[in-house]
Amino acid sequence: MIAHTEEVEHIAGATALTFAKVWIALLALTGVEVFLAYEQVPVLIMLTALIGLSVVKAALIVAYFMHLKFERLSLFLTLFPMLIFCVLLMLIFLGDAARIPAMRPPL
Amino acid sequence: MSSQVTAAAPMWEGGRSPYAVNSKKFGMWLFIISDALTFSALLFAYTYSRVATPNWPTPFHFSPSIVFSSVMTFCLLTSSLTMVMAVHAMNHGNRKAAGGWILATMAGGGAFVALHLTEWLNLIRNEHVTPFSNPWGVPLFGGTFFALTGLHMTHVIIGVIYLGIVCQAVLRGKFRAEDVEVSGLYWHFVDLVWMFIFPLVYLMSASRS
Repeated sequence: MIAHTEEVEHIAGATALTFAKVWIALLALTGVEVFLAYEQVPVLIMLTALIGLSVVKAALIVAYFMHLKFERLSLFLTLFPMLIFCVLLMLIFLGDAARIPAMRPPL
Repeated sequence: MSSQVTAAAPMWEGGRSPYAVNSKKFGMWLFIISDALTFSALLFAYTYSRVATPNWPTPFHFSPSIVFSSVMTFCLLTSSLTMVMAVHAMNHGNRKAAGGWILATMAGGGAFVALHLTEWLNLIRNEHVTPFSNPWGVPLFGGTFFALTGLHMTHVIIGVIYLGIVCQAVLRGKFRAEDVEVSGLYWHFVDLVWMFIFPLVYLMSASRS
């Protein structure tokens, strides 16, 4: 995050090479995800790994492609903490989903 | 302290921009955050059902489903790159190049929709999955799958139309760099959502047999 307008102008000329590198990184992470899908791991561990990798990809897209890395910190602080907070509130219930199969009476 | 600031930039005479972005861009960011909450809720609903159902169907065979969805990921990621290049060209005042890059972005989006519809038809015809029923007796699968991917595909289609409007305006010398950047924000967001749908929906339900 950069708070000085002088530097925003400096980085507004972020090179095509930077974007190409980010693109390659995103493709590589996608490859890792596809590889992971065919490894024999428990559902919750796979879910955690895939979400972790996807968050990294989302961060790359938001920071570089959507230019947020080069905007003022105040814009990021206005938009993202509440989004992350709301998503975390939803995730509280994921524990229930994992418990439900064990709580069903046997048929 | 505040009196000095007030003297330099009067509080009530406009021109203050705490975020240093124009209002269109800020508006698009607000829309993106609210839309992100919508997709988060749908993704959560899918993931909750997936984890809570031990006999969740895994109808996505490596070929064609996983291959198709991987290629679709490639299309969207590449179209994001071309969109960034369009904004880049526009910032340097090169309208013709910007128009070309936007057209390339639209081609990526069009390829995505075509592949996605093919993949839907494969699922409906060969695996007999509909929004309300499927052979494995887990109707939640079809409901959550089609709702989530359908809403995303709608976003892609709207994005292609939006970019088409921006593209013709850019080539006719209308619109400014910031307008292209705002349409780019929307496009990258559509790409970003797919970065979650692809692993959570397709890879989590990939058939290993």
